[in-house]
Amino acid sequence: MEIPKSFLGYKRENGRAGTRNHVIILPVDDISNACAEAVANNIKGTIALPHSYGRLQFGADLELHFKTMIGTAKNPNVAAAIIIGIEPKWTKRIVDEVAKTGKPVEGFSIEGAGDIETIMKASKKAQEFSIWASEKQREECPISDLWISVKCGESDTTSGLASNPTVGNLMDKLEPLGVHLCFGETSELTGAETVCEKRGKTPEAQEKFKKTWNDYNDFILKEATDDLSESQPTAGNIAGGLTTIEEKAFGNFQKIGSRQFIDVLTPAEEPEKGPGLYFMDTSSAAAECVTLQAAGGFNIHLFPTGQGNIIGNPIEPVIKLTANPLTAVNMSEHIDCDVSKILSREMNLSEAGDELIKTTLRVANGRLTCAEALGHKEFVMTKLYRSA
Amino acid sequence: MATDIIIHDEKDNVGVVVIEKITPKQDCSCWVMENDKTVGIQSADEIPLGHKIAMTDLNEGDTIIKYGHDIGKVVKPIKKGEHVHVHNVKTKKW
Repeated sequence: MEIPKSFLGYKRENGRAGTRNHVIILPVDDISNACAEAVANNIKGTIALPHSYGRLQFGADLELHFKTMIGTAKNPNVAAAIIIGIEPKWTKRIVDEVAKTGKPVEGFSIEGAGDIETIMKASKKAQEFSIWASEKQREECPISDLWISVKCGESDTTSGLASNPTVGNLMDKLEPLGVHLCFGETSELTGAETVCEKRGKTPEAQEKFKKTWNDYNDFILKEATDDLSESQPTAGNIAGGLTTIEEKAFGNFQKIGSRQFIDVLTPAEEPEKGPGLYFMDTSSAAAECVTLQAAGGFNIHLFPTGQGNIIGNPIEPVIKLTANPLTAVNMSEHIDCDVSKILSREMNLSEAGDELIKTTLRVANGRLTCAEALGHKEFVMTKLYRSA
Repeated sequence: MATDIIIHDEKDNVGVVVIEKITPKQDCSCWVMENDKTVGIQSADEIPLGHKIAMTDLNEGDTIIKYGHDIGKVVKPIKKGEHVHVHNVKTKKW
């Protein structure tokens, strides 16, 4: 198949392109959720992103919170952003960083004004942003404007056999065209960590991966009551045929095809070394992982599933694919791309990769994903440790 | 011909059953995904969907290769065509 060289996206002020055109109402902290949701309810064409944190966090955990907030609002799938927090200082810190992209952004703080006055002021600005954004048109953008993140979930043996290798096939075909790619799931690479390390393109990238995985493993050994051999693979994995943690990890690892990663990103960090594959240190919990990747600037997500994970994200469209023929039928409203014919050999990996590329471009051009149509918008902060 | 077993990589010494189950003495068709070749094997055990079959005789201490990589060690001898799982293979991790 000849791969299309372009897609229809929204060109942003900073040179990036979005696959979506959201106006977001972003609360800085948990207690500002009510205000943000009221504004989004008032003004059509906007979306609130409520979450559970943002108070009394400190150190690296607070910095990650800011990085996630700022990165989410900076994402090119966001046309404009309203930031609402209880206090002016943290709100302003986010607004100032987002403003550097050149997109419209305005902050509001509730302290001293109360919810109702804040909702009124923020709603007026949100209406202005929503109407402004509604005039944005999709334009032809080079395929290299796609920043594709990947993560699998509810995996079974069909994931390692077919749906993960399908994503790997897409990566092998699209990386030479200059796209950005990102995989994560530090924990689920356990068992394949030394092989994954060798996929680093430079000694620096390999060293960074090794340190990231070792730090994670030290944390597990410190917190765990046993060596995880009772929980990885899980009883369900074993019933499905997975024997060892290594086997599970190599199934996961199929998602990067034969690519090498050029750098290792901290959670929510934006890549800065140009096109190519990046590893991001993330949890393997679906919503946490995708939220971090979206905050890193990725604008379209591929999610292979076996038993049927249903996750979505408020700003980054999440495309689901499965090779499990039962899931493809029983959970069809969640599956954007069915590659189950690989198992019956009616389709080979390259054909499956082409199908996934077609689906990815249709979604990039504006087709709603199943998760978007169903209203899935899981926005979940990664918390490094408890708040003060 | 219908595929009963999928093998990821040419180097793999196990394949994965992709039909509901295979029965003892069944002649199975195996698809090697990496090079798109077909090979045959006769099963020795009943093996359910998603579970692994030995493509060769394996001795205690041998390494199981899947995806072209080491996924664990043999802890009980396995004959070609037999079921490969937690009863005869363990992780090398712990």
